[in-house]
Amino acid sequence: MRRFTNHTKTMNLHEYQGKELLKSYGVAIQEGIVADSMEEAVDAYRQISEKTGSPFAIVKAQIHAGGRGKGGGVKFAKNLDSLKEHAGNILGMMLKTPQTPGGMNGPGKLVRKVLIAEDAYLPNPDACKEYYISILTDREKKCNVIIYSTEGGMDIETVAEETPHLVHKEHVDPTLGLQAFQTRKIAFNLGLEGAAFKEMTRFVTALYKAFVGADATLFEINPCLRDGNGRIIAVDCKVSLDDNALYRHAELEAMRDTGEEDPTEVEAKEFGLNYVNLDGNGGCMVNGAGLAMATMDIIKLSGGEPANFLDVGGTADAARVEQAFRIILKDPRVKAILINIFGGIVRCDRVAQGVVDAYRNMGNINVPIIVRLQGTNADLAKEIIDQSGLAVHSAILLKEAADLVKKVLADN
Amino acid sequence: MSVLVNKDSRIIVQGFTGKEGTFHAEQMIEYGTKVVGGVTPGKGGQKHLGLPVFNTVADAVQQAGADTSVIFVPPAFAADAIMEAAEAGIKVIICITEGIPVQDMVKVKAYLNNFDTRLIGPNCPGVITPDEAKCGIMPGFIHRKGTIGIVSRSGTLTYEAVDQVTKAGLGQSTCIGIGGDPICGTTTREAVELLMNDPETEGIIMIGEIGGGMEAEAAYYIRDHGTKPVVGFIAGQTAPKGRKMGHAGAIIGGKDDTAAAKMKIMEACGLHVVKSPADIGETMLAALKR
Repeated sequence: MRRFTNHTKTMNLHEYQGKELLKSYGVAIQEGIVADSMEEAVDAYRQISEKTGSPFAIVKAQIHAGGRGKGGGVKFAKNLDSLKEHAGNILGMMLKTPQTPGGMNGPGKLVRKVLIAEDAYLPNPDACKEYYISILTDREKKCNVIIYSTEGGMDIETVAEETPHLVHKEHVDPTLGLQAFQTRKIAFNLGLEGAAFKEMTRFVTALYKAFVGADATLFEINPCLRDGNGRIIAVDCKVSLDDNALYRHAELEAMRDTGEEDPTEVEAKEFGLNYVNLDGNGGCMVNGAGLAMATMDIIKLSGGEPANFLDVGGTADAARVEQAFRIILKDPRVKAILINIFGGIVRCDRVAQGVVDAYRNMGNINVPIIVRLQGTNADLAKEIIDQSGLAVHSAILLKEAADLVKKVLADN
Repeated sequence: MSVLVNKDSRIIVQGFTGKEGTFHAEQMIEYGTKVVGGVTPGKGGQKHLGLPVFNTVADAVQQAGADTSVIFVPPAFAADAIMEAAEAGIKVIICITEGIPVQDMVKVKAYLNNFDTRLIGPNCPGVITPDEAKCGIMPGFIHRKGTIGIVSRSGTLTYEAVDQVTKAGLGQSTCIGIGGDPICGTTTREAVELLMNDPETEGIIMIGEIGGGMEAEAAYYIRDHGTKPVVGFIAGQTAPKGRKMGHAGAIIGGKDDTAAAKMKIMEACGLHVVKSPADIGETMLAALKR
């Protein structure tokens, strides 16, 4: 999930990484081997088919987005030749799914890795049944919740809308943890019996342990499969982890794939800036996430569209302001920049000096800039901006700043 | 009156001798807040900023009569600090710390049910009753004593609202920053309820953000029990829906969490909803005159 607000920052895992994590907690998974070249894919296939005794395998694109099958990112290989064909097509492709930027009409995401996985539905595909299981934190009830359904392999939002009685929820007491009766309830509600019933209680127990143990914010197992032998296994998984807890999970932090993130957003992060690129023409630089969103709203109300979300954080010094300028100006669509800083602990005159210095250092800023500094030493700050001789508009009240944005955008 | 903190609150700072704790404790004292000491495990018996340092919150309660705590402890230890304060009998716990793991807060929230205490935050600017007590990191000078209560999920946007209220010739009774974390100690509805029941508060400003269902819950409370004008704003009208990895979030209350949906509910519940954050102060003034 992207971070516009103060809400939890999360780190997403690839399917193969998520499965590694689940397996380490004893959750049964569809086995597979990750590959980033044709050579490795073929090697992985040989190992998988030797282990399963079947020539069948699945080739699965590894990107941070769901709906991969819809864009041709998940293929069934019936032999080595067909594996080579699919792996060749998928590796290096720009995969479009409903969840990649711009959706099915967007540019898609580059696939750098494929997971060569066993065909978990063998040997008796007709005896298999798919379920849905996810775990996340319920903000309203302030505890973790297991959501599950007999309608596996489908879009759960649609299931919840059309057949709400088929979506069950099990809330977990934070101090006691998941109880045995709860795992039985889940297995019964899923209509399981015999060996599969027992397997499901074990599966859910291990899954919940993994969720808490890894400080996850989301587990989504869809589908969760009961095979012909009554085994319960995770065929796919989406795993998001709590960024704030990664300090105690070095092995999970090492799984971070910055190649999946927007390069400008990654660069911004290195400088302590929280930046998200958007499609509009009005750039902004703000301290605080809430005020940043409110500033984006102001740009919209002034006749523009926000070009970005950018929270410079608590220290808006010259170096940081300059870096923020560089990042905003990378986007050629930006027609104006609104700097909106409410100085509390930060002194506005220092921020103003930072803006002036950064502006001079950069030399060639052609985009009109509106600086609105309010709070400690705001008058002094306005004086510094006005006397700098730079083509910068200054304001103190938010209303004045909004009017200036309107004027500047209309003039361009 | 006022709520949560006032001139008689006996306040301690947890993480007192650290960099953040020291800086903000100094600012709080300078504002005139009655800080009676602080807690840093292992430094008990020392003096810091001319005030006693205690090893435990229990010591601070027994020896200094503390009833309110402001927490500046680093995120890895903050959950522990909140629980210690509750167990020691602190009535109002204000946690400023940003970045506490969600699973830690889930446990803390359940643990707090055992005690008669109120947690504000975490990840918040704190609580201020102007001219009486500043418990947090907000700039004191923008506030003025008055009759408007403010409830907000964000930091600098709260300051913006405070500043507009002050410039409109009004002042604040108490400003409560409830914080932006998914699991927070006090919800928007609970904070609004406190202010609704405060005789000194004549109007309320409620500032929310996209995500979650807290503003809708507060709006329904105001519809059913409101006795004072409430001005509402939701930041993030232009924020596009986040790219989500899974779909599970939408099933538990993720439906009506856009700015537009919340504002619609708030309007229907009789709140004075502003589209522009620049109009908060004037709208409050106009609502009071009606």
